[in-house]
Amino acid sequence: MSNPTGWKPRIEQESGTAATHPEVGAGGATSGLAHEERLLFEHGAANGRTGVSLPPAGGDFDPERELPPELLRAGIEGLPTLGELEVVRHFTRLSAWNHGIDTGFYPLGSCTMKYNPKSSEALARLPGFANAHPLLPPELAQGSLELMFQLERALSEISGFAATTLAPAAGAQGELTGVMMIRAWHVARGDARKRVLVPDTAHGTNPASCAQNGYDVVQLESGPDGRLHPETVRDAMDEDVAAIMITSPNTLGIFEAHIAEIAEIVHAKGGLLYGDGANLNALLGVARPGDMGFDVMQFNLHKTFATPHGGGGPGSGPVAVSEKLVPFLPLPVVVKEGERYRLVNDGKERPRTIGKLREFHGNFGMFVRALALIREYGPEGLKATAQLAVLNANYLRARLKDAYDLPYETDSLHEVVFTDKAQKPTGVTTMDLAKRLIDHGFHPPTIYFPLVVHGALMIEPTETESKETLDGFVDGMHAIAEQARTDPEGVRASPRKPVRARLDETRAARKPVLRWRPGMKVE
Amino acid sequence: MLAAVGAETLEDLFRSIPEGLRLRRALDVPRALDEIALFAEMRRLAARNETDHPPFVGAGAYPHHVPPVVDQLLLRGEFFTAYTPYQPEVSQGTLQALFEWQTFVCLLTGLDVANASMYDGASATAEAALMAARVTDRRKIVISAAVHPEYRRVLRTYLASTHDEIVTVPYGDDGRTDLAALARAVDDQTAAVIIGYPNFFGVVDAVGEASSLARKAGALSVAVTTEAVALGLLKGPGELGADVAVGTFQSFGNALNFGGPAPGFFATRQENVRQMPGRLCGATVDKHGRRGFVLTLSTREQHIRRERATSNICTNAGLCALAATIHLALLGRRGLAQLARVNYARARLLSDAMRRAGFGLRFAGPTFNEMAFEVGDAEAVVARLAKRGLAAGAPLARWYPDDPRMKGALLCVATELHAPELIEMFAQAVKE
Repeated sequence: MSNPTGWKPRIEQESGTAATHPEVGAGGATSGLAHEERLLFEHGAANGRTGVSLPPAGGDFDPERELPPELLRAGIEGLPTLGELEVVRHFTRLSAWNHGIDTGFYPLGSCTMKYNPKSSEALARLPGFANAHPLLPPELAQGSLELMFQLERALSEISGFAATTLAPAAGAQGELTGVMMIRAWHVARGDARKRVLVPDTAHGTNPASCAQNGYDVVQLESGPDGRLHPETVRDAMDEDVAAIMITSPNTLGIFEAHIAEIAEIVHAKGGLLYGDGANLNALLGVARPGDMGFDVMQFNLHKTFATPHGGGGPGSGPVAVSEKLVPFLPLPVVVKEGERYRLVNDGKERPRTIGKLREFHGNFGMFVRALALIREYGPEGLKATAQLAVLNANYLRARLKDAYDLPYETDSLHEVVFTDKAQKPTGVTTMDLAKRLIDHGFHPPTIYFPLVVHGALMIEPTETESKETLDGFVDGMHAIAEQARTDPEGVRASPRKPVRARLDETRAARKPVLRWRPGMKVE
Repeated sequence: MLAAVGAETLEDLFRSIPEGLRLRRALDVPRALDEIALFAEMRRLAARNETDHPPFVGAGAYPHHVPPVVDQLLLRGEFFTAYTPYQPEVSQGTLQALFEWQTFVCLLTGLDVANASMYDGASATAEAALMAARVTDRRKIVISAAVHPEYRRVLRTYLASTHDEIVTVPYGDDGRTDLAALARAVDDQTAAVIIGYPNFFGVVDAVGEASSLARKAGALSVAVTTEAVALGLLKGPGELGADVAVGTFQSFGNALNFGGPAPGFFATRQENVRQMPGRLCGATVDKHGRRGFVLTLSTREQHIRRERATSNICTNAGLCALAATIHLALLGRRGLAQLARVNYARARLLSDAMRRAGFGLRFAGPTFNEMAFEVGDAEAVVARLAKRGLAAGAPLARWYPDDPRMKGALLCVATELHAPELIEMFAQAVKE
């Protein structure tokens, strides 16, 4: 057994020398020097301090004289009055309370928490990119436009589709965009249709995106092998169904092997296939959704192409489409005319477009990072990404299946779902297992999702983790399974190491405190 | 590892994918580059953009100074490489920062509650219209033609399938929304009245009057702010009576990035909190009674409520919101007020310089740091200045081709980045 930290896990060992050798988790977690930190608004520093250096206003101008007095505000009560160093310490301390990929293993299933290369960050900060205004005359923005053109071409090739819009802000907005195009396609044929089929393993964004487009959602049950079966689709499919939304591999990590037959059934009744690309990492260079019968698919650049997850965004959710949906693509579209690039932003040039999704052209900063990754990896690197992601997931599956219940025997691709069934008799639940992992120094997997699995633990290691890290995680998982047998209370009392123990979520929802106010007390 | 998983080759791992669906060739993307070659290629692209001077165009994206502290802190991997704080015990850093973001948005807008951010100002505006329709159970959205035209396009896209009606109200000669026309448009079927603050022309529009009209009709009033630095000088829309404030805080801590990403914001009154879209961070206690933060009221959201969610939004603009939070923390009370005054003063310098060069203002209404000038052939001016590497402004006729008043109108901005000499040079260049 190897341990990534070089420390021996001794979390369960009693020791007279505990004071000098703090408990070390399998992932290296120990107690550290963490600082309590007030809210910015509670610092109560001397009034008038600021952390910025600005020029004087200059000129003989006075808004108080020149603007209507009823529009003007005095200084805003409650804003902080801090110097630069205080602000730096504040956020540095806060950052230390977070677990990120840079801190340790982060196997959050279906979120593809892979390492974000630092080179991509440096490139996105090149002044030519960072300082480019979205309304620059095209002759001053040829670099941005060429980059967008290159990324659009690469994504279309990787997914096997005719064209890709880069506009959507995140995966969910990509779904919304895709469903809008599906709707526009049906409406253009004089056949609006009413329903969309969504399997029970789908992300919640799928049904929500359909509803936001005015569609009723019909949930389809997946089979005992975790797959969607053609008979189920055939029974639900009729001429009122606009589309089916399928994630493949699905959120169980299982490839929807009947996809070709399902595509035939849906297409035969005039419906379209939407592919949720959340799990595209498993397929890079190995198979392409566009070759499987899908008509439209969204990417999640922050997942597959390692743009930062950032504590919840920004994402980027380009949408690829087959030939028949190209006229409906949202604006803008980048076109190359001779050696010159141009944005088509006027509906007159694209009369069937669904319109605009964003005020400008999409999350360009993410395009830079994603293209950098694609260029650095090349065709072989992209394929190796999928291969190693699938190898890592299967390695964890093989090494954990004796200790944890594996609800589906079907082959896994990039992620694997276990449950708490084996631990439940001792009173230890998935939530407890997740919290105990924190004490070992690992971010917990996605839990209680997909909804079809009771007590799900959905583990996605990604390709960027080494065998040593995976082994450390396995050690931690085994130690927890063992502790659940011998000391279930100990598992349920976790986490003990982070700056906060379990938080009262019921109270947060019952008595919402959503902002600071003077004199605020939460205790 | 292959042996552990019972496979002989990496190909074996994919046996669940039917043969006929596999790609039997290498992807047709350019071959791999080492890091040095990658930097050379990306630098080549970046060099094809011309960004030597701060642009004189705003129109929804504003050139501002971002203190280096922002990026230094943002790049701490613990913030940068975390995701949505699903496990609050190991995400207190992100959560507390989001709570601080929500507080900043509330303080600046003068409203009670704000969410953890939106994709951008345009989608936030569309979500505000959808929320107003839910709250009022009505289907008519009244919006001023002086709201950012690209925001209005996004609103149309979002509402295309809901069959909500969108009524656009004209603006007057002062660049403000025509209040008489607004009064005629608002009725007992109106869900929302949407107005810019400042509006697309840089004019400080009549949020107070529009809000009274909305309130009398039982509608929600929505104020849209693209240049949030203005809120350091102007009253918060909530103080003027708006029920919802949306827009972008790009101006705080976020570079232009060719238009994205940037943090959209969404704030409203307490009574609408359970109808809000997006994530909310709330304060609570841990089992030892210590204050901590969690995501809360998630029964509104797609991962719980699925097709009955208030919105499908999931990942938002967390890191951009963090950048804005850090910048606002640095600015603080005094810095924000000063930044707003510098912007106001630079825009006055610009209007003086333009007046001396012979170009008057298109609109008479009060402005903050952006304003439209009468320059004759605006497209020609833009093309001419582009040859000198200057981004001159936004010709308003692009968005208002049918309004003859907009024929020669060029929308320009001046911020703390536009030094007085540069402003003078710009006015002369427009004249030449």
